[in-house]
Amino acid sequence: MELRCDRLWLYLLGGAILVFLAAPSVVVAVTSFSDSQFLTFPPETWSLRWYHAYADSIEWRAATFTSLKVAFLTTLIATPAGTAAAYSLRMLGTRFSGAVQAIYTMPMVVPVILIGISLFFMFARIGLNTTVTGVVLAHSMLAVPFVVITVGSGLANYDFAQETAARSLGAYRLKAFLTITLPQIRVPVITGALFAFLTSFDEVIVAIFISGGDSETLPRRMFTALREQIDPTIAAISTCLIIITGGILLAVQAFGFSGKRSRS
Amino acid sequence: MQIETKSLAEVPSPPPGGDRGKPMSQRTGDMRSQPLTIKNVAKAYGQLKVLDDVNLDVGSGEFLTLLGASGSGKTTLLMVIAGFARPDSGAVMVGGTDIVRTPAHKRNMGMVFQSYALFPHMNVAANVGYPLRLRGAGRVEIADRVARALDLVQLGHLGERRIDQLSGGQRQRIALARAIVFEPRILLMDEPLSALDKKLREHMQIEIRRLHEKLGMTTIYVTHDQREALTMSDRIAIMDRGRIVQIDEPRRLYERPASRFVADFIGESSFLPIIVEAGIARFGDLVLKTGGRLDTAPRQLLVLRPEKLEILGSEQAPGLNVLSGILTELIYQGESFLCQIALGEGHTVVVRGPTRRDTLAGLPELGGSMRLGLHPEDTVLVPDA
Repeated sequence: MELRCDRLWLYLLGGAILVFLAAPSVVVAVTSFSDSQFLTFPPETWSLRWYHAYADSIEWRAATFTSLKVAFLTTLIATPAGTAAAYSLRMLGTRFSGAVQAIYTMPMVVPVILIGISLFFMFARIGLNTTVTGVVLAHSMLAVPFVVITVGSGLANYDFAQETAARSLGAYRLKAFLTITLPQIRVPVITGALFAFLTSFDEVIVAIFISGGDSETLPRRMFTALREQIDPTIAAISTCLIIITGGILLAVQAFGFSGKRSRS
Repeated sequence: MQIETKSLAEVPSPPPGGDRGKPMSQRTGDMRSQPLTIKNVAKAYGQLKVLDDVNLDVGSGEFLTLLGASGSGKTTLLMVIAGFARPDSGAVMVGGTDIVRTPAHKRNMGMVFQSYALFPHMNVAANVGYPLRLRGAGRVEIADRVARALDLVQLGHLGERRIDQLSGGQRQRIALARAIVFEPRILLMDEPLSALDKKLREHMQIEIRRLHEKLGMTTIYVTHDQREALTMSDRIAIMDRGRIVQIDEPRRLYERPASRFVADFIGESSFLPIIVEAGIARFGDLVLKTGGRLDTAPRQLLVLRPEKLEILGSEQAPGLNVLSGILTELIYQGESFLCQIALGEGHTVVVRGPTRRDTLAGLPELGGSMRLGLHPEDTVLVPDA
């Protein structure tokens, strides 16, 4: 009991931080159920009309579909690329792996706005601006570091002699990786894939520069919409995004937990 | 530990000494096993020569051990044979074909790793069946051959176990079963017993040796443990700084080392400086009787193994080389004792004797004088390099 009292201030501080972090999302979520034309908090009357507005709008539906498509394609590219990159770091040995890892994870460090500007100029030359391909490539670049880090941590304690053994037993290298290594690092690979999906699905800055028209993603459309007309549709969409994102993060947690348990 | 002594009795025991010493062609066993020849293999990392013009002939069905300290190149040589390291020059011939450019997975060599490298996401049977599945064997054939391989290592009842449910010794056997189940041309073993405790290790040495006699598979075994090498091998190749410095049968290697390095590396040795003039070898004033022919080099070293020296009383010892000195130290080690004896002029020798009552009773007090006899056949000289 004494211990509890000593730690009381810790609980209070932790609780305060949680409230601080969650409050904006809660405000948005509550606002989205308003019946008013304007963003009001707390709402005076309640309704689901803004959810209907979201679902009935062709533009919003198109942007949502684009975002899902881009995030899915990004996951398909970034997961194998990041896994291969993490693998290469282990193969390189300690002498070069530090420098190469810094390059692999650079997109996390460079300010995203710089990435957006440079991609805009580069894509302008090769005609990739406002294309789905361009957005997918850009998002893949942003997502690879997350895969490199999660898969890299999965490979950190992996005994590569297993792969060597598989090769001595008759498996060519890729086969050895697919049948022996990959099944044992599937939890970090799937975790990395979920992070890659989220990285793309949430991304707005690069999308502002290079997406548009058919390739306009949901966050980008929300950003433009906010400038033109402010109505609670945005709040409704945001609430949907929070639910999807939160769901994926919970999935990551649950997956990581079951993975750890089955290994012990 | 799971390894019971009863299991030893289940192995059909070979005739005393087994096939060792017989010419390779008269061995029983699998004739699909192939000879291996290493020709002028060299490999360097920058300035460091890890393999320096290595030549080696391994007969079909032979058990050859690469013995050396860490960094001697023994593991690199094994990796070159397995196909996981590419030599800068030279050839690796199996059954007459150079396989240097053949990728590892097409070499058909079984390999047992120090860490066993079992696949923890598969059960025992799936581990052992893995090479067979890669070769497209049918389900029935795989089950049959896996069962036979597991029986060979006496773990036939463990097929359904998970890898993390096995003891160290069991893992070692499973790794062995997986390496032989596809009847490889050559079996490679990289310090496979070093993770086991001493008792189990000694037990497994004999068991692997028996399995080898039964299957007759050409085997290349890497170890840094000299006793293990002496126990298991048909021949031992001693490696030092990327070279094979001597290759011979265990007994010849121990009793007739060709250099100070080998005499020092295998077993314990004291060395005494010898002058050779006109076909006569002397240690100080003492003229040595030598068994074999005498090398003409003027400066040589006498190799003295502690157990080859006989502690003499006051009796005459015709036919022996007799050294005398002062007992300076006596160390009791249970089954044997060690005496350090000063011969004068700073030379000392170490003598080992059994702790029998009569031998112990014959020893003088510390500081007393002792006479030591050395048989001419055990009088081994090596170049003083």
